[in-house]
Amino acid sequence: MAAIELHGVVKRFGPITAVDGLDLEVPKGICLGLLGPNGAGKSTTMRLLTGQARADEGSITVLGHRLPEESKDARAEMGVVPQLDNLDVDVSVQDNLAVFARLYRVKDVRAAVDRGLQLARLDGRRGDPVDQLSGGMRRRLLLARGLVHDPPLLLLDEPTVGLDPQIRTELWSLIDALRTRGTTILMSTHYIEEAERLADEVAVMAHGKIISRGKPSELVAQHAGRETAEVYAAPERLAEVRAKAEAQGLKVRPAGPAVAIVGSENATDGVIPPEAIRRAATLEDVFVLLTGEEAE
Amino acid sequence: MSASENVAAHAPRASQMRRLDPAAIGGVMSREVANFRTFWKGTTFSSVLEPVVYLLAFGLGLGATVVDRVDGLSYVEYVGTGMVATAVIFSSALPAMFGTFVKERFQRTYDAILAAPVDVEELVTAEMLWIGLRAGFYGNFPLVVAMIFGLDPAPGMLLVPLFAFVTALGFAAFGIAVAASVAKMDQFNYVTTLFITPLFLVAGTFFPIDQLPKGIQVASQLNPLHHLVELVRGSAFGFESTDLLRFAFLAVFAVTLWRVAVSRMEKRLID
Repeated sequence: MAAIELHGVVKRFGPITAVDGLDLEVPKGICLGLLGPNGAGKSTTMRLLTGQARADEGSITVLGHRLPEESKDARAEMGVVPQLDNLDVDVSVQDNLAVFARLYRVKDVRAAVDRGLQLARLDGRRGDPVDQLSGGMRRRLLLARGLVHDPPLLLLDEPTVGLDPQIRTELWSLIDALRTRGTTILMSTHYIEEAERLADEVAVMAHGKIISRGKPSELVAQHAGRETAEVYAAPERLAEVRAKAEAQGLKVRPAGPAVAIVGSENATDGVIPPEAIRRAATLEDVFVLLTGEEAE
Repeated sequence: MSASENVAAHAPRASQMRRLDPAAIGGVMSREVANFRTFWKGTTFSSVLEPVVYLLAFGLGLGATVVDRVDGLSYVEYVGTGMVATAVIFSSALPAMFGTFVKERFQRTYDAILAAPVDVEELVTAEMLWIGLRAGFYGNFPLVVAMIFGLDPAPGMLLVPLFAFVTALGFAAFGIAVAASVAKMDQFNYVTTLFITPLFLVAGTFFPIDQLPKGIQVASQLNPLHHLVELVRGSAFGFESTDLLRFAFLAVFAVTLWRVAVSRMEKRLID
């Protein structure tokens, strides 16, 4: 039995279909990265899994519990770390943890709080109100709060959005430690690097559906090949390079001020200009090729 | 012990997740207590000072110059007992309105709570109970202050916390339902002007209702605060048999508004 199973799930908000026939299985013990642009339906999917949104069609099972009927049972066994910090800012670090230990019916609240403080490395700050903590500390506390009942399943909604690189790296190592312990993780993100580093498997989501899924390396090999060549030049020159590559059947995507010719190892002589920078293909190449160039 | 073994041993199965679970309600209330510990001084300060100011202004000012006795009571006795209702509505309906809206919209507290094994019914019940307990406690302050100004203590007054608690439950539910129904916080102005101010003025707190036009007298029988005022006066100066009906009215008010609040909040919080 998979930890999470969604079949044919549809969720509409008035005229907008946020989730549109979603099929997704998350096997136990892996970290699945749900990768997609803003508006792809990732956050709605997360809300469906916590019972805060009800599907219009389809079936959802979490740890063997059918939703929405057994949503509370499912929630008792999973931890949730939201995208936006919703800690109680006037309340002490330890009280923030204690309240959630009680909400999760943890028997020994004090032990759970101590464990959380240790995980968040905030033992020395246990009595301080949350609004005296730094951004990184607050994020660690948010993660520890979601883990206060030691759940076998964790939902992470954009865990490092808006954080500086040091804090991000620090959180990644915390998440990686959980994965190593065998916690099943479903992590939504639009940071490709985050998915690449943490996820055993990646599911690319666009327009409310999964459009591709696999190990990051498999997805890269399947959709982008081995190598990408980036060309930086004036717009007219870029258009010329692009046309030449596309005429050969190569996939080309814009990359800010450059164009990226994906699968450049297959290009014949003269297609890749000499000034091109050749680099290994990445998940970002896959992501942009699959989810399109338009931003929503 | 691995994470999954640990939870498998403790995880409640479907049949074990009960409705209105005291553990869930207690957990949500413990969050309120943790927050309250950071601002109880201000609440206590204003709960003491407000009845003092009112009693000085109305009781001594109005009572000494314009009004002598009302319904056979000195004006301090009259206003001091009546002000319990004022304290109750202002420490229940308003915190419920503002608190619910802020927790839902700005702090996203309810998102966090509902991601845990707590449902909307438990959340609303816990918030109501907490506000009810708080107002049931602070609602007594005007009575205590009035005693300093000359009100005689009576054994019946031991029931006042109960009356204040039940009334506050209803008004807390009212506030939660309002917060779950408005799109913006400015819209609270309509509710305070149209409902809360009239309810608190025409409750028999500052002047007797039987001097008002017949229509208003009848309408005030639907005002929970009026019944609370009468119950508090009963506790101080002797109950009447109709007081039981008044208490029943307050209980029905609380239960009805509880269901309305749960249903409005479900609509607001669950997509």
